[in-house]
Amino acid sequence: MKLKILAFGIAKDILGSPIKEIETGEGANTSVAGFKDALEQQYPELKKLSSYAIAVNNEYAAEDIMINENDEVAIIPPVSGG
Amino acid sequence: MIDVRVTNEALNVQSCADLAMTAASGGVDMFIGTVRSETKGKRVVQLEFEAYKGMAENEMKKIAEYAMQKWTLNKVLIHHRIGVLQIKEIPVIIAVAAAHRAEAFDACRYIIDTLKQTVPIWKKEIFEDGEVWVAAHP
Repeated sequence: MKLKILAFGIAKDILGSPIKEIETGEGANTSVAGFKDALEQQYPELKKLSSYAIAVNNEYAAEDIMINENDEVAIIPPVSGG
Repeated sequence: MIDVRVTNEALNVQSCADLAMTAASGGVDMFIGTVRSETKGKRVVQLEFEAYKGMAENEMKKIAEYAMQKWTLNKVLIHHRIGVLQIKEIPVIIAVAAAHRAEAFDACRYIIDTLKQTVPIWKKEIFEDGEVWVAAHP
């Protein structure tokens, strides 16, 4: 499945763009865990971060949440607002 | 009443205080975040803030709603600025109005502490010899 994802902060630097298309290599949908695996294979630099979260449709998503083709998905590196 | 905002425009302390004040409140507790001139002994040239705007305002709203439930409050205001900020400029203002000051103090502290943990906003420190996304690497 091809997913259009948003990247912020250092994730944007790692991916080289604030918006990127990622091929997850699975069928019509994927879990957050599966998506992270595909992401880290393509962008191993992400593994060096302290941590990062995935947001699906503006909500933090746990590893077992399923992502569908038209969901808005974002990489959320460690936050540092305030 | 809740007022949350992520904006490119300069924040205004007096406007935020005015927005937060209500006749039913005995006080307004405010937190005014500022850009510090150095970090770990190194001189900071400027900060750059970036936000996932929709989700950031959503998370800020959740924090404000939780605070309004946990303490007896009249108003919660959370304004965060993004873009390039210079030393002593203001990236964030939190204002909490309540009938009694104890609740305003407690809620205000909770709000800034939680914002720093959950709201998708990122700060990059610009030094003379490079730049670093805060907290990105261990």
